[in-house]
Amino acid sequence: MLEIKKMVVAYGRVNAVKGIDFTVEKGQIVSLLGTNGAGKSTTLRAISGLLKLVSGEIWFEGERIDGQPAHKIVERGIAQSPEGRRLFRQMSVEDNLKLGAYSRKDAGGIKSDMDRVYDLFPVLGERRTEAAGLFSGGEQQMLAIGRAMMSRPKLLMLDEPSMGLSPIMTQTIMKTIQDLQADGVTILLVEQNAQAALSLADRGYVLEVGQIMFSDTGKALLGDDRVRKAYLGAD
Amino acid sequence: MVELFFQQLINGLSLGALYALIAVGYTVVYGIVQLINFAHGEIFMIGAFGAFVTWMLLGRPTDWSVATSLLVLLPLMIIGGMVASVATAVATERFAYRPLRNAPRLAPLISAIGVSVFLQEFVRLFFGTIPFVGRIPGWPDAKSAVPFPSIPGISGQTIQLGGVLIQMPAIFTLGALAVSTVFLWYFVNRTKTGRAMVATSQDPDTARLMGINVDRVIVAAFAVGAALAAVAGVAHGLRYGNIDFRMGFLAGLKAFTAAVLGGIGNINGAVVGGLVLGLAEAMATTFIPGQFGSSAWKDVWAFVLLILVLVFRPQGLLGAKVVDRA
Repeated sequence: MLEIKKMVVAYGRVNAVKGIDFTVEKGQIVSLLGTNGAGKSTTLRAISGLLKLVSGEIWFEGERIDGQPAHKIVERGIAQSPEGRRLFRQMSVEDNLKLGAYSRKDAGGIKSDMDRVYDLFPVLGERRTEAAGLFSGGEQQMLAIGRAMMSRPKLLMLDEPSMGLSPIMTQTIMKTIQDLQADGVTILLVEQNAQAALSLADRGYVLEVGQIMFSDTGKALLGDDRVRKAYLGAD
Repeated sequence: MVELFFQQLINGLSLGALYALIAVGYTVVYGIVQLINFAHGEIFMIGAFGAFVTWMLLGRPTDWSVATSLLVLLPLMIIGGMVASVATAVATERFAYRPLRNAPRLAPLISAIGVSVFLQEFVRLFFGTIPFVGRIPGWPDAKSAVPFPSIPGISGQTIQLGGVLIQMPAIFTLGALAVSTVFLWYFVNRTKTGRAMVATSQDPDTARLMGINVDRVIVAAFAVGAALAAVAGVAHGLRYGNIDFRMGFLAGLKAFTAAVLGGIGNINGAVVGGLVLGLAEAMATTFIPGQFGSSAWKDVWAFVLLILVLVFRPQGLLGAKVVDRA
């Protein structure tokens, strides 16, 4: 479904992503793991069209999408919930969700998808007219995911959805991600919380300083010594 | 004394309404692209000339009844002015600012000053002519002031309210500001493009992730500002009875002051800032004694107010665009 080929992305003259290849198959949950500065968010921003590639290619559903403007990529069915949530804090929950559906014109479908987000996260439904900035971290994360779902994406990219959340809230979010997969959404998950990410992932890629060091199924990576040492705190 | 105060209150508010209509254009564009569009004063001037051209094309009517003048002539002139301003503003954005979108911030600012000079000189040299062909018979040139058409029912009309004399053009300006503010509120809060504009001003990258075409939003911002500037252009013509190619310079500078006064990037701030600035000018020329209160000093007091605000409350009266924590 999504194929990244020899992608190089730079900030100024510094290459943040140094020629990576990976694929996401339809219906899978794929995790990108790595420490700060490994190039995970850069990768997602490049896929979304916010950053230009220095070289390499991005293919989505058999078509090349790198170089296209960000709004076209959303229209093709790739949504992103960015790192740090990036909600429109002074706008209401409802307005944030409406903006998530900006690329759509089917008013009825938007309404029913909004109800689905409220079903999934009842707290958002109960306080739908309140400003997004007034919600707790976990609730804001729910809203960020809900907002990304509103474009009805085929591929949903989540950048560190567990950041700053309590273990219980992290579990809730991870459960939601599984539910979305069951609904047929393909998911590309960027995480520092390797335990949570790998236990759901069909496939995981480990990034270090802009390069993919190794990849395997989520289960295999959970048992891999290198991963256990670097990311799971085992000695 | 009380009557004088109320007289100046009305004068100040109507002058302020004129500033406010122009100031919205500065603030809306700044909120989205962080550019002080120094050519915006000329967009206001082009609006006035667009309305004038519309009147010429309608056959220079002077004897239409009050009802037809107010319901047909004036609306058509406003629309004609808007078409001219919006087209100019959109072209300016496309050719003078968009190519510099990722350049250092000084570059588009200098480009804006260039556009400002270009538009003034273009109107001065080419108004009433077809470039490379010649003059249009019967059309005035714009090398000096051009008399603005009188609109029956407004021009020269006054209302007496107690001891206060209110000019109809002042009422037109205040009414235009009121109607524009309502439209603007509706546009920003209730339309999809308006919401996209607010989202883009708060966080452009995230707006892109929502599927918002930021280029289109920027064009919309320029267009909205230009449409209001055109209304101001008509109001200016009615108020002073003539228009000229330089009228955008001082009006633009005052409106920019108003936008900063209210908090640049904040639409409500532009309206409040405009009204406060107009009031300050009107009151200063009346209540400051001696030569410092003469009308020659009104611009001085306006800019003194700007300096005071910049020193003591740089975010403006209503506060600039709130910068969120990430």
